[in-house]
Amino acid sequence: MGRETSIPGRPALRVGPASWVVRLRPVLVPVIAFGLLVLAMAVNLGRGDFPIGVGDVLAVLLGGGDDTHAYIVLELRLPRALTGALVGAALALAGAITQSIARNPLASPDILGVTAGAGVGAVAVIMLGGSAGGISGGIAEFGLPAAALGGGLVAALFVFAISWQRGIDGYRLVLVGLGITAVLVAIKFYLLTLSEVADAGRAMVWITGSLNGRGWEHVTPVALALLVLVPLALFAARPLGGLQFGDDTARGLGIRVNGSRAALILIAVALAATATASAGPVEFVALATPQIAMRMAGTPQPPLLGSAVLGAALTVSADVIARTAFGVVELPAGIVTAVIGAPYLMYLLVRRYREVRT
Amino acid sequence: MERSVTVATPSGSRRSPRSGVAPQQADATVRRRRRRLIGLLVLVLVLLASVLASIAIGSKPIALADVWHALATPTGTEDDIVIGSLRVPRTMLGLVVGISLGVAGALMQGHTRNPLADPGLLGVNQGAAFAIVLSIFMLRTDDIYTLVWFGFAGALVATVAVFALGSVGRGGPTPVTLALAGAAISALLYALTSALVLLDAQSLEAFRFWRSGSLAGRDPEIVLQVLPFLVAGLVLALVNSPGLNALSLGEDVARSLGQSVMLTRVVGIAAVTLLTGAAVSACGPIGFVGLVVPHMARAITGPDYRWLLPYSGLLGAIMLLVADVVGRVVARPGELQVGIMLALVGAPFFLVLVRRRRLVRL
Repeated sequence: MGRETSIPGRPALRVGPASWVVRLRPVLVPVIAFGLLVLAMAVNLGRGDFPIGVGDVLAVLLGGGDDTHAYIVLELRLPRALTGALVGAALALAGAITQSIARNPLASPDILGVTAGAGVGAVAVIMLGGSAGGISGGIAEFGLPAAALGGGLVAALFVFAISWQRGIDGYRLVLVGLGITAVLVAIKFYLLTLSEVADAGRAMVWITGSLNGRGWEHVTPVALALLVLVPLALFAARPLGGLQFGDDTARGLGIRVNGSRAALILIAVALAATATASAGPVEFVALATPQIAMRMAGTPQPPLLGSAVLGAALTVSADVIARTAFGVVELPAGIVTAVIGAPYLMYLLVRRYREVRT
Repeated sequence: MERSVTVATPSGSRRSPRSGVAPQQADATVRRRRRRLIGLLVLVLVLLASVLASIAIGSKPIALADVWHALATPTGTEDDIVIGSLRVPRTMLGLVVGISLGVAGALMQGHTRNPLADPGLLGVNQGAAFAIVLSIFMLRTDDIYTLVWFGFAGALVATVAVFALGSVGRGGPTPVTLALAGAAISALLYALTSALVLLDAQSLEAFRFWRSGSLAGRDPEIVLQVLPFLVAGLVLALVNSPGLNALSLGEDVARSLGQSVMLTRVVGIAAVTLLTGAAVSACGPIGFVGLVVPHMARAITGPDYRWLLPYSGLLGAIMLLVADVVGRVVARPGELQVGIMLALVGAPFFLVLVRRRRLVRL
């Protein structure tokens, strides 16, 4: 997709040096996904021990409604639903970026060890920083996401350094990611054994990828991160179209290959780590969503915006199922996403090896 | 007929034809066999030493003389009770589980011809764990004899599923597809297991023992209860080894040598299922032993499975016991579960394997 080419029937939109090809399906996907998201949010806000009708929920959101409804919706359910949406969006966006860069549908932050690394960082803060009173205030709002970010970055560095042998081979990258993930999970459990029971309990809830008991303090970090990172990602993603043709062609198109790739990976790691810090590892959202969005949109690589919105919708839907499908017991949303996502990974394996033999 | 049998097992066997082989070659065969026997003896000695270490070292320091006293003439002192009712059963458990996991790993690598195969990585452990938790959830039982059968069923289903999933496509299973299929199945089963456990307090209580993979706090009876299954699995594995040798030349060659490929595969999968299912029902999913140990054994013995399997068993037991002892020492007064210790040692090994330019061809 060179900058000056134009394809008949696909009108280009040009703003200064930037240009897009405008097509209907890629535009429709975020719109449809947004509709799904709104629907899932409405159901999520309404259902629970105290059912509230969709009309009342809307009334509260628009500033009206009675006090009970307002309290339940705004203080109890909205933070949780928002956390789910933001976390899902961040993970899916991270997955879309890594999959595009590696040109490999299996290269998601889950499999590359980024989420596991973020997990170790966050558990370390909960365990080592949280003494008797537990974590609160500054540590909770700033320390946890920062530690998760550090852990994710270090894990990503390790994975890339170890799999580097005169360039990165996609499959070696994935296998190294699996190995590093195993080490990190072991370290996480080791940290858990070190700690006191109360800390361990809190960390366990976090580890299963639960959205339970999320307050506004969990929403803020992800929201801020998304506010900064999404525009950055969209801006930095411009060379992606050229990168997918391979390093040499991309260089020929005038793209600074290593620089733009490093910047994008950094952004993806930051997104995945922030999401993991606020909700724990919500499995497979980052792996499956970009691929689904890509097939819906009919684009050659995962669409960033579509993936993000779809990720939000899927995560909130998974949380609705996890919360309400099993009677009184609430399951972590991460379990539902894993039960949906793991078969999808199997499908990817089967399909990929039918089509291309490497 | 006689002749075709001798050709089927050419290397280092008793039946290797003396006539027609150059004298120095026959000599080399004898020498190699002696070296392997000596190696086996050394491993047995090391194993004995690690058994002793596992009995003598723990969070309560006990003098060696008292250890001997407790083993030879127990009189019911505090130390005697610690050793007799805690450390000896734990050591025995580590011994049998280590042997079976090592042998199971070697069998899986042989049958998949995949250097990354391991009951843990390929999801067999998770399959057994899920089936066990499911049976606790449905049947409300904690009788090990019932559970062990469910463990077998789960291990079997997971094994077959991983193979089916990994071998789709014209090229058959490659290391990468198998490892990824294993990861996908593990993730699915782990999520399902967690869901069951969270839904039901009784399963949670029972499951706590399985999740982390630990030798500590098991019922001393468990060793005796799973022992028959492990022995059956080991016998099947040893019976399987000549067939596995032929299979490692490729299915077509094995078939042309008069080997029943189907039968060999079925016996192999039965052995893996028995060994892994029993090991997991006894002490939960323990990974990486089955991955690392066969490679160490192969470095000593070469590719002959009749030697590789016993070596893997001994090395597996040594590795598990040593990891368990180290786990007790590094985190005093608490202890580190053996599963964690093994992951810390085994995963870097896995990375080294992956980084090799060409994986070992099996």
